[in-house]
Amino acid sequence: MYGRKVKLRFFFIFLILIILSLSVFLILKSLEENVVYFKSPTEIQTLTEINKNKIRIGGMVKENSILIDEKKLKFIVTDFKNDINVTYTGAIPNLFTEGKGVVAEGYLKDKKFFLATKILAKHDENYMPPEVKSALEEK
Amino acid sequence: MFKYFEPNKIFSITSKAPKYVLLLFIIILSIGLTEALVLSPEDYKQSHSVRIMYVHVPAAWICLGIFSVVTFLSLIGYVFKIRNFFLISKSLAPSGLVFNIIALVTGSIWGKPTWGTWWAWDARITSMLLLALFYILYLIAWRICNNDEKAFKLTTIITILGIINVPIIKYSVDWWNTLHQPASINILSKSSIHTSMLYPLLIMTAAFALFSLLIFLMKYNTELIKIKNKGLDRL
Repeated sequence: MYGRKVKLRFFFIFLILIILSLSVFLILKSLEENVVYFKSPTEIQTLTEINKNKIRIGGMVKENSILIDEKKLKFIVTDFKNDINVTYTGAIPNLFTEGKGVVAEGYLKDKKFFLATKILAKHDENYMPPEVKSALEEK
Repeated sequence: MFKYFEPNKIFSITSKAPKYVLLLFIIILSIGLTEALVLSPEDYKQSHSVRIMYVHVPAAWICLGIFSVVTFLSLIGYVFKIRNFFLISKSLAPSGLVFNIIALVTGSIWGKPTWGTWWAWDARITSMLLLALFYILYLIAWRICNNDEKAFKLTTIITILGIINVPIIKYSVDWWNTLHQPASINILSKSSIHTSMLYPLLIMTAAFALFSLLIFLMKYNTELIKIKNKGLDRL
């Protein structure tokens, strides 16, 4: 139905697509460590050695865990399997609250203690008006 | 199959259509903006900054959609040697880039009050920046090629390289830990956005799509005039 040239061009494009997707897949797979923006507390527990470099950890701020004393802010980041205690001094984003997502940038002291230099609030995918939220909470 | 692409017939449509599209765009945009900025409720958590989302998300959708269409048309055009498809792609791309930049800028504006940072090198944001670079590369390729045949080949290769990035953008938030939140609107499962916020979003998407159509028609019209001036009777 189609000429030989058309078939060849089709095959050419098809091969390029396959080769490219495979190579990109392999590259991303091997770079997975660096593609992730933050590590979860569980991933921190599985580390064999503690790196001195700046890293990011993320998870939920544990309920009733925020403590403010003098100029320090302390809270616990949890992924509901493991916890990490975070200490921080500085400005906090508006959306930083208990039970919500957080990403902390800083240095690991050991597997349970983290010294944050910067805190980012992570927003989740839920969007709703306040009335709906309070109605949901009443249920 | 060339007979369907008579420049004169298409030209009579593309030269008249823009004013109607513009009118429709203004109407839909005013409805969308009223819905998004005034009528829609504030968010329970981020309050009024949710309104940025009504520009950010449609812009991101449209720019991804346009890149996919440009790639599809370029590939088909390359395999079957359809000149017209390349001209359509060429005319579509600029509005894609515009929406890509809008998505990046509004995302940044939203990120500051919400996350606490203007920019983060997480997978979603970085891959979105990469898409903008591909758009720029694509548009430059058209400029630097004097020969049409060369331009068709070069732009097709750029779209192939760029299209690999599109599923990465889409699924980056599911595959890796990112600062950017996962998708709220899912076709197969229940969406996690309240309907009172979904409608303005969809209206704004329609408005942006119309804007893209408008820019496309104007660009395409110019391409047709160029062809007419060259004295070619078919595309």
